[in-house]
This record gives sequence, structure tokens and C-alpha cells, in this order.
Amino acid sequence: MSVHRATPHDAARLHVSGAARYTDDIPVPAGTLHLAFGLSTIAKGRMTDVDLNAVRAAPGVVAVLEADDLPHDNDVSPSAHDEPLLSAGEICYLGQPVFLVVATSHLAARKAARLGQITYAAETPLLTIDDALAADSRFEDGPRIYIKGDAEAAIAQATHTVTGQIEIGGQEHFYLEGQVALAVPQEGGDMVVHASSQHPTEIQHKVAEALGQPMNSVRVEVRRMGGGFGGKESQGNALCVACAVVAARLGRACKMRYDRDDDMIVTGKRHDFRIAYDVGFDGEGRIAGIIFEQFVRCGWAQDLSLPVADRAMLHADNAYHLQHARITSHRLKTNTQSNTAFRGFGGPQGMVGIERVVDHIAHHLGRDPLEVRRANFYAPADATSAASGDGHQPAQAPPAQDDLATRGAAPKGGGVSTVPATAQTTPYGMEVTDFILHDMVAALETSSDYRARRASVAAWNEANPVLKRGIALTPVKFGISFTLTHLNQAGALVHVYQDGSIHLNHGGTEMGQGLFTKVAQVAAAAFDVPLDHVKITATDTGKVPNTSATAASSGTDLNGMAVKIACDTIKDRIAACIAERYQAASDQVIFTDGHVEVGAERIAFKDAVQLAYMSRVSLSATGFYATPEVTWDRIKGQGRPFYYFAYGAAATEVVIDTLTGENRILRTDILHDCGKSLNPDLDIGQIEGGYVQGAGWLTMEELIWDDTGALKTHAPATYKIPCASDRPEIFNVSLWDGANAAETIYRSKAVGEPPLMLGISAFLALSDAVASCGTDYPNLQAPATAEQILSAVDRVRW
Amino acid sequence: MTIEINNRPYDLPDDARISLLDFMRERLEFFGSKKGCNQGACGACTVLVDGERILSCLALAAQYDGRSVTTIEGVANGDELHPLQALFVEHEGMQCGYCTPGQIMSGIALKSELERGAPSNVSSDLTVAPRLSRDEIKERLSGNLCRCGAHNGIIDAVAAYVGGEEQ
Repeated sequence: MSVHRATPHDAARLHVSGAARYTDDIPVPAGTLHLAFGLSTIAKGRMTDVDLNAVRAAPGVVAVLEADDLPHDNDVSPSAHDEPLLSAGEICYLGQPVFLVVATSHLAARKAARLGQITYAAETPLLTIDDALAADSRFEDGPRIYIKGDAEAAIAQATHTVTGQIEIGGQEHFYLEGQVALAVPQEGGDMVVHASSQHPTEIQHKVAEALGQPMNSVRVEVRRMGGGFGGKESQGNALCVACAVVAARLGRACKMRYDRDDDMIVTGKRHDFRIAYDVGFDGEGRIAGIIFEQFVRCGWAQDLSLPVADRAMLHADNAYHLQHARITSHRLKTNTQSNTAFRGFGGPQGMVGIERVVDHIAHHLGRDPLEVRRANFYAPADATSAASGDGHQPAQAPPAQDDLATRGAAPKGGGVSTVPATAQTTPYGMEVTDFILHDMVAALETSSDYRARRASVAAWNEANPVLKRGIALTPVKFGISFTLTHLNQAGALVHVYQDGSIHLNHGGTEMGQGLFTKVAQVAAAAFDVPLDHVKITATDTGKVPNTSATAASSGTDLNGMAVKIACDTIKDRIAACIAERYQAASDQVIFTDGHVEVGAERIAFKDAVQLAYMSRVSLSATGFYATPEVTWDRIKGQGRPFYYFAYGAAATEVVIDTLTGENRILRTDILHDCGKSLNPDLDIGQIEGGYVQGAGWLTMEELIWDDTGALKTHAPATYKIPCASDRPEIFNVSLWDGANAAETIYRSKAVGEPPLMLGISAFLALSDAVASCGTDYPNLQAPATAEQILSAVDRVRW
Repeated sequence: MTIEINNRPYDLPDDARISLLDFMRERLEFFGSKKGCNQGACGACTVLVDGERILSCLALAAQYDGRSVTTIEGVANGDELHPLQALFVEHEGMQCGYCTPGQIMSGIALKSELERGAPSNVSSDLTVAPRLSRDEIKERLSGNLCRCGAHNGIIDAVAAYVGGEEQ
């Protein structure tokens, strides 16, 4: 079997040879034109005069388009129709595209784009969470609120209480391959778009809308991305639509690639949050009641902000059984980039909130935070049926409404879930039945030598006045499924050719996560043929339609299952054909080791395929999969949004310099749950990378806007992501060996997003190091840059 | 005015303002070197000039008249991968692959830098050859960003190349 084995990334040899082709590497047709946006230089106001004569007169310029020149819909939003490709007059953030230059070269287009003379009537922009709150500038009619039990009463009766607040900065995706698109016009008005996109169907939809044509006239192809991380779920729409509109207008291929600074100035990022908390607890640190208020800076357009904010609420419990909780979420509209999907999709921010609370409780009580975590864990999976219930009854929900293929859509209702009254439930009424963190955390505590190291950290801190160490062990429980239930579907197309070779296509996109390799493993395992018999082909809306974004960690779960279903269909046909020939029953035909066996007969797979072909049997099939059991009402905050949970835990030790705030991660130990891993090497790569990205977000990646709304950190020279020298000196990663309780593809678990939140342990280890400097709670804010750490040290010391 | 790229001569562009990276990618269709930031901060465009690594986005093609450039497309021996290319496959030193060509070119160059005793920021002594260590390798790879966080495999591959398999 080709699954549950470490096999290299399917394109590894192409990558090391420089032969792996990205969108910017596709040789373009002769006469291809290049596009660049002219960007607004204020954050809020109106354009009163637009003089583009110098732009039109610049060398190499072929055309200049403004909003009025667009033939159909001027919109590149995923669903809310609030995001014009080009501003029609109103300016909503600094860096907003206002005109489009078409030129004979990339450089000519970019140079000309700087020459626009625009006069503005500027207004005072709303830049911060406080600005938006003061102006009551928000999406949706008001805050969303999820309630379980009576948090106020529980807090009032609790022995101890703490309150606090944490600011959590955003995060630039910094996919190493920037946004890029190439549109090539076809006969009869058809359009082919080569995109660097996690969501080819959305590109197809938006391009069709912009061209005023049906979706069947647009074909979108994505072979691979040079990183996505959520930043290519909706943020590539503008480039693809711009290229397609101009290509249709001028009848020439059009290409657009954002320069790195433009990319960072134009596109949305991870949402920055403020989370305020009020918690009551007992002497052991057991939480009696908790109130969270989450403030979400969404930026100027809705994009995917509603489901991002929802997911933050859905992870406000992380691994902890909250009996009485109220979670309020404010989705604030500001004159900044429209924040968007980023690995974890709000989950990380919600999780930082509760982990911060647990850390604060432990500090208040003088207990080891790990013990407070344990005291609040959900009951383990094997004890779930016997666990004492909280009597929480889920609400009845109205029926679902029709929707689009984007996570940005906001249905008003969902399904009905039935949970026994005795079940342990999340604050949103989902029963937790697969909780495995008790055993995982115990195993990591031992393998990381947590207890002894905690003692040695304390001893070090006693002896050293300047360098202080800290350690933290934090858990992750992350919900797997799209919270917009109908997106949990996928399709696949499999052909078996006469020579026994297999052509595989599915709706997922490859951005480095190894999806194509895993899905090919599934196909090879289905027929039990060597992996090299399977050709993985570019994602193509002409082969598999109506796909969901490759997002929510769902790529392998959904597409792997769809591929298996397609393969099984073909296998059944071949088996029926072989059975008839050898006068056996179909279920006696076995595919094994590159052969097909029936009774004593054993023929090569290739020969069986030829027999089937000669018998006029179809060797091509589609597969379709829809995740069972999920149902969710996002307005009531009730239901089962997730098919299952993925778990993990990380222990991180750090050292800080109390004179400068500089800091290093010394050692990281991770134990992560991938169910029965389809490919341990790829999964470990996702875990390492997720941790690094999460730790980077919370420790060094800082976005700064000035008072005019200009993003000042718009290039790698000013925005610091983790590099090789930031790698912990000791970095141990292990997989938790256990099958998924849910019926997923070969009982594996999704792994794309959950490990990012392992990075929270780095943040709380820094907090622990700061705490050793005095008696007050460090109240560390994220990202914990050197400046933040230095000021926190000063706070606890004085 | 000619430049040699992967052992073949090419006429330099008439326009002296064209970067070496743009010249290779846009004129010659050598797409292996990537444009990550185009401002010398990400390392995706790293190539060798007479064995020394440079950032081709910050270099003008015209500067390299008569010089010999090696790109990722030029390091293998026919179908046989360069040892460091093979080590990147073996150690899974990539995810999305976009930084990989630059990482490999840097890895090849840093081996020769270490061999001739060039110190780095983390070398303890500037007067003697730096001791081979993972810290030296990490420091010398820190100009090649990897957003996927595949540093473990990258460092392992380069360490195996620099220090032999036993390292």
C-alpha cells in the first residue's frame, strides 16, 4: 500500500532542478501585455480629479482603464459585492487600486502607474479598533454572541477572578511567490486563466462575472503555488479579473504580477484582534465562568471576515471544558487592507485568548500553568460517555439557505444538531467525544522532560540576573471542516489508460503542503499499484467543477475521499469484467501488488485494464464526496460545525535578555496528532512549518501603519519572518500514533492549520521568562518583539 | 559583450539597466531563479558568478561581461543531480519549492566559503578559519527565506553536503 508511508513530494526533483513551473514561469504568447495598478495615496475620502494623461503618455503604455471602462461587474469580492476592482470614486484604504495600466512590459506598466495625478477630498480614516468602535463602524448589524450557561453568575460566585486584555497583531502571508495571473483569450470569447490561487472556482466565477459571460466560457488552471497560507483564497481575484478584462478587450494575453511592496500594501492579512477577558475560577484554577470580548479589525471590505471571526469564537475554548461562557465578537470595519484568510482562519487568535487566560490564572494562583490546563481539559475520549454532563441543550435552527462557493457567504441559518443532555459540549453546543490530549500531554511532558526543565529554568533564573529563561507547554484542539457546511464537498476525475497508467485530477490545489502527493498515494493504494503509475495533473475547472477553496485544512480529507470513490468505481467495473471472464463473483477479484487476482488466476494490472478496454468497459470515473454529520447555525452559535478535532501539544523553552528584550527559542518539543498519517514525512513538514509560522506571528512579525494609514512594513527589509538562524537549537517533532475516530480517508487527520497554534507555546514561554523578573503578571502583548518584552520586563520589575 | 550562463555564451542586453535576474528570466527563459522580493532580501534569485553567490535581482546583467554565471539549471550533470540537489530530495528540504533553487545555490556557495575560511557573523574568531558547525550553516542560510518553514530539511541537507553524510 502506498499510504501511511513517507514518500517525497511529487515534484521534489523538479523543485531541486528549477524546473517546477509556477505561474510566473509560464512562457507567454507573443504580444503579451503587462498590467499594473495605480494605487490610492490616502486611506479615506473621494477622488475629485483624476488626471491620467502622463500615464497614457508614458513609454510602452497601451491602455489605461478606470472604473467606468469596465464592461460588467466592477467587483472582486468573494461574496459581499463590496470590493470594486477599481475605485469608482470612494477611497477606502491606502493602497486601493484606482486605475489599471496596460503596457508592453512589466516595468513599463509599473513605472507608468506612478504617474497618475489624483486630487482627493480626504477624510479622517478609521485605522484602529478604537477608531472603529468610537464610530460604531462594523460588519453585520451588531456583535455576534455565543452563550452557554450563565457566565456572569458563575464569575460572581467564584473564589477568584482576573480580568485582562491582550492585543494580537496581524500577520503578512509573505508567500514567497507573490500574487500573479496570466489570462489568454480563446476563440469565441472564451478565456483561459493561469492563476496562483487556492480557489480556482472563485476565480472562474469572478472572471465570468466581470466578462458578463457564463462560467462555462472561463477555464482556470493552477499547477502549483509558491506558498498560499490563505493569502491566495480571495486575494488573487483582482489580478485574474484585471487580466481577463483587458485580454478580452484587446484580444491579447495579459499578465499581472504584484511587486513585493505592492503585494503587501494592496492585499489583506491575518486579522489583528483585541481580546478582553473576565474569568472566575477556584483554587485549583478550574474555570467557573468566562466572558470573552473579541474585537476584530477586518479592514475595509468584508471578504472572509465573518467566518474568520466565527472561527475565533469557535476556538475560544481550545482544549478546555467551559461550563459557563459568553463570547462576544465585534467585526470592525476600518480603512485598512481587507483582512483575509490566513492559516488557522481566526482559530489561532481565539486560542491565544484562552491560553492567555489560563496563563493568567496560573500566575494568579502561583501554580504551574500546565496543571491549570489539565484541571480544565475536556474529559478524555474513552470516558466521554460517562462524563458528567452540563445539561446544555442545543437550540433548534431554521433550515439552510442557498449559497455560493465562498467562505465569505453568510447564511442565516443551519441545521439541527442533537446532543444528549449529559454530553460535555463546547460553548457552541457540539459534543466533544474524541478528546485525546490527556494522554498526549502526558507523553510530551515525559519526552520533553518538562518537569525537570521547569525546575532548571527556575534555578537558572535565580542565578542569572540578566538572561532569563522561560518554558511553556500548550495544547491545541482545532476543529476540522468548513464552517459553511455546504463547502464540505469535493470532486475528482480519474482516468485509467490502456497501458495501465493513471491520470488523476481533483479539486484541490498544491501550495507546498503535499496534497498532490497524498492524493496520488490514495489512488495508488486504491488500485495497489506503484505510485509512479499515477500522474497528478494541474487543478483545472474544466476537469472538476464547483470546487471549494483548498482551505480549512480540508484538502486531503475531501479530495482524497473523492479520489478514492472515483478509483473504487473504476475498480468495480474492472472487477465485474474480470469476474465475468473467469466466471467468478466480483467480490472475489482482488487488486494487489500491481496485479489483479481472481481465484488462482493472477494477471498484471495493465493486462486487466486492457481486457476491460477490449470488453468496452469505461475506464474513467468521477468521484464525489460530502462530509457527513456536520450541521451549523452561525447566528445562534449552535450545532456541529466540525466533523472531528485535530490535536497537538508543544513545549517551548526560550531565553530573553532583560537589558535589550532580545530573545531566542532554545528548544521545542512537539507531539502532534495526524490520525493514521498518510505520509509521515509530509505531515512532519507541515508541523514544523506551522510551528515556525505561528511562533513567527507571535514573536517577531510586526505590522506597523502610520497615522495616515500607510503600511510602513511592506517588504522583507522591514517585516521580519523566521529564517534559518531562528530555528530552535533543539527541535523534536513526533507524531501521535492513533487512528482518527471519524471515518476519514484511511483514518488520517487534517494537518494544514492545526500545528500553527503550537507556536503559542513560544509566546507563553516568553511570558514565563518575563514573569521571572518580578511579581506582577507580565501582560505581554503579541507580537512579543524585543520592544514588547523589554517594556513587559520593566512593568513587572517596577 | 557576452556573458556565460551555464557554460553557454549569451550576448548581453543593449539596455544596461536590466537586472541579471530579469535578463535571465525574461530574455533567456531561465525560469529556475525566482523573483521573490526583487530587492535583495529573500534570496530566491541567488546564482553563482565564478563560484561566488550573488543576488541576481540586485545585479545588472551588464556588470558581468565576460563572467561565468551558474544557475540552478546548470548544477546537475545531465540527468545526474548535483549532490546537494539529491540531498534536498532526501531530506525533504522544501515544501512549496519556490525558495529551493536559491537555497541550493547558497548551499553550494557556502561550502566553498567555509572551505576557504571566510568568517560569518557567528564565527568566534575572524583570524582563523571558522569551525564547521550548524550555527555557521544556519547563519549562512539566513539570507534565503523559506516561508513554509522547511528549515529543518534545508539545514540537514546543507549540513550533510558541507560536512559529509556523517555530520
